Amino acid sequence: MSTHADTHAHDDHGHHHKETFVTKYIFSQDHKMIAKQYLITGTIMGVVGIIMSLLFRMQIAWPEEPNVIFEALLGKWAPEGVMDADIYLALVTIHGTIMVFFVLTAGLSGTFSNLLIPLQIGARDMASGFLNMVSYWLFFLSSVIMVISLFVQTGPAAAGWTIYPPLSALPLAQPGSGAGMTLWLVSMAIFIASSLLGSLNYIVTVINLRTKGMSMTRLPLTIWAFFVTAIIGVVSFPVLLSAALLLIMDRSFGTSFFLSDIFIQGEVLHYQGGSPVLFEHLFWFLGHPEVYIVLLPALGITSEIIATNSRKPIFGYRAMVASILAIAFLSTIVWGHHMFVSGMNPFLGSVFTFTTLLIAIPSAVKAFNYITTLWKGNLQLNPAMLFSIGLVSTFITGGLTGIILGDSALDINVHDTYFVVAHFHLVMGISALYGMFAGIYHWYPKMFGRMLNKNLGYIHFWVTAICAYGVFFPMHFIGMAGLPRRYYTNSNFPLFDDLANVNVVITVFALVGAAFQLVFLYNFFSSIFFGKKAEQNPWKSNTLEWTTPVEHIHGNWPGAIPHVHRWAYDYSKPGHEADFVPQNIPLMDGEEELQH
Amino acid sequence: MTAFFTIIILVFIGVAIWQMVKIFDLAQVGASNSQVATDKDNKLNGYLMLAFLAFIYLITIVSVVKWGDLPLLSNSASEHGPQIDNLMVISLVIIFAVQILTQFLLHWFAFKYKGEKGRKALFYADNNTLEAIWTIIPVITLAGLIIYGLFTWNSIMNVSEDEDPLVIELYAQQFNWTARYGGADNTLGKANVRLIDIDKANVLGVDEADPNAQDDIIVKELHLPKGRKVLFKMRSQDVLHSAYMPHFRAQMNCVPGMITQFAFTPTVTTAEMRQNQDIIEKVEHINEIRVENSKELVASGEEALERYEFDYLLLCNKICGKSHYNMQMKIVVETEEEFQAWLKEQKEFKDSLNK
Repeated sequence: MSTHADTHAHDDHGHHHKETFVTKYIFSQDHKMIAKQYLITGTIMGVVGIIMSLLFRMQIAWPEEPNVIFEALLGKWAPEGVMDADIYLALVTIHGTIMVFFVLTAGLSGTFSNLLIPLQIGARDMASGFLNMVSYWLFFLSSVIMVISLFVQTGPAAAGWTIYPPLSALPLAQPGSGAGMTLWLVSMAIFIASSLLGSLNYIVTVINLRTKGMSMTRLPLTIWAFFVTAIIGVVSFPVLLSAALLLIMDRSFGTSFFLSDIFIQGEVLHYQGGSPVLFEHLFWFLGHPEVYIVLLPALGITSEIIATNSRKPIFGYRAMVASILAIAFLSTIVWGHHMFVSGMNPFLGSVFTFTTLLIAIPSAVKAFNYITTLWKGNLQLNPAMLFSIGLVSTFITGGLTGIILGDSALDINVHDTYFVVAHFHLVMGISALYGMFAGIYHWYPKMFGRMLNKNLGYIHFWVTAICAYGVFFPMHFIGMAGLPRRYYTNSNFPLFDDLANVNVVITVFALVGAAFQLVFLYNFFSSIFFGKKAEQNPWKSNTLEWTTPVEHIHGNWPGAIPHVHRWAYDYSKPGHEADFVPQNIPLMDGEEELQH
Repeated sequence: MTAFFTIIILVFIGVAIWQMVKIFDLAQVGASNSQVATDKDNKLNGYLMLAFLAFIYLITIVSVVKWGDLPLLSNSASEHGPQIDNLMVISLVIIFAVQILTQFLLHWFAFKYKGEKGRKALFYADNNTLEAIWTIIPVITLAGLIIYGLFTWNSIMNVSEDEDPLVIELYAQQFNWTARYGGADNTLGKANVRLIDIDKANVLGVDEADPNAQDDIIVKELHLPKGRKVLFKMRSQDVLHSAYMPHFRAQMNCVPGMITQFAFTPTVTTAEMRQNQDIIEKVEHINEIRVENSKELVASGEEALERYEFDYLLLCNKICGKSHYNMQMKIVVETEEEFQAWLKEQKEFKDSLNK
């Protein structure tokens, strides 16, 4: 391991270290290998998370009906095939946790920050390859613990992914708050450590290891997005860690940070003076920035892919950077909009309504800039491009309803209904997932040296796109009809009987959409071995990663690191023969760099 | 049966995918396929972009027509309800307009400018005027929405004691609701979970020594007088719950260790609401569904579903454990006289205790 701890330090090239299987594939310190490790782990967790959503969707559509799939997968939690109400909540909880943290945070940021930061800024590796390796293995450990928690006697955590105490603090309140919750907290504590190590590494690398000529204003928008995401992570994740630690104290050592005046199962508990509202503040202080930790990398990836495939510069580079910064700043002062009806002071509600709705402004700028980038382009509709356009579409659809939820007066009536579920799945779930898919289709050649099959990519995109709308669009309406989320069945409310068929429609779309992810998995895994061999720069892109050889080598470039002479978006620039001018090409005589 | 269908569907989908994979694999044998989009791909996917735009519009129309008739959004039963509904309608109109326009531009451009070999894109990197326009328009729109929203929010949340509201405690526990009225003095006696005495049937932990508590009235069905401001004081004894009263556009969490509050004035009695044309239609529609569902139940030897009759409801809307999905309480809104008559029939706290 120690033989190549400082790969970026030696600028003498062509070095090939003797590598064993273990140092190359397992305890690797090479950012490209670590990116692939993140991707594969994230994909496996994604499969688990999506299967869970299918299970509870089937329960919602056909409540309390025996289902052999439940019997097979849930065992004692589905006696005679009927899903138990406790495991329903556990499935909802773990689905949320896995998708938000393990897939869309670690799987997305971990993969593409690791892969692209050194390659696009012109560095031989991350600032610390060792920390990078530790970061991945902590993530792996936390994934393993989270999966193990599914198999404990009393069931996995079931208090919702927000794990509000006292429900999450008291095993008397629900069985999932026993060993399952302990493992959840341990897993998340390790996850946060992993995320912090990763983020620090990204920040240091972007600040220090940019190649000659790569000024901040020449950075591709991907790097801006990853950089700012890492900063948000460093600012907000520690707060969740402290919340988790205090909750562990309340659970195991009898403190009263979040608990007070509790009478449960015939006895008064000793807790006094704590407040669950404090936990909500701490949780959402991370929880809301987390939305942007998930979303910004996806938007960064999209910016890059839309520009490349439109054969046009991204429209309004400076405005794009400014809006990333504005979103990042605002994201840390809006958390209270999750708590309008939590019992906090209504005046605070006013303040958070104000800051929340401000976020719509930079978001609108981003959306319009994407659309303008398409205008008069020469669009190469590769699968990555389709997913990027799809992202803009769901980002708009999902983002617009934020205007309703962010408005405290309106939130009163749709808070915690399916309207919320529809909103955040579209704007952060599906959008970020599209960003991840777009990134995979686009940089697969860089990762594996082979191409993904485009036709399978087309099938994958179009079915996914239709099903995503089919699942989440109708949810707005059952939400506006007043249907609360996280109900095991709605059959106890005749009031909602007329919504039962909507739920069936949604579940069918979900089943079909999920089934077609198999097309992607097949394409992904078979192309590693049988895909068409990639050219060095298959998408004719300007960024530096495409100047490295197809075969991965340590230190990324066999020769000297290229110098950068221009921004990343000189596509179809007048005066040039080709419709792209890579960043390492010097300015021609008399050519002026765009003032941006 | 459903499970069987599910499996069949899944199997079919699996076979379909396998078939498509095969077809595409065969189609690519021997072709010099670089897996980068060709003009043909661009054309096909460009048209699919248009089709997808049509799909988005279609699903919007279908949703609005089939499920957009939302009595919950139009027949509020509280004084502040119409304010929320107005703001909601204004927001929805803006959202739909922006959605229709931007989705059109996005997908239309994706179709119109689909790539062709030899064509060069326009090098167009910046335009400050354009960007200023789509910064300023959202700023103005949002400023309007924020101001309207904040006025609405403040008028709902600011409760003045001068209005002499009827004070009711909503008490949440896994998995049911209890209501406590202040009685003749309209003042709730002190209470704390540490005073709960199950043997004496003091389930809310009301202070038996507090003179204000003696005439308190504890009930399992919430009755509200029409036209009088009601101030809810909410408590929970175990975990977080949320008192959600959708018909009244009202919601507030119940938090162990603190008292939260929400106030509104009911404006429509249960009897009046049952006469409302929208509600009659909705109830009729639901009953048709219930009759249909009953057929299946009866066939398998179970009891038929009861006929549904409209009632206001209090639902729990914060995940609270196993039976969260069934934590509800009926709300009856009636005239002041009916309400007083009902109240007189209820036992006072001092008489409800086991000696």
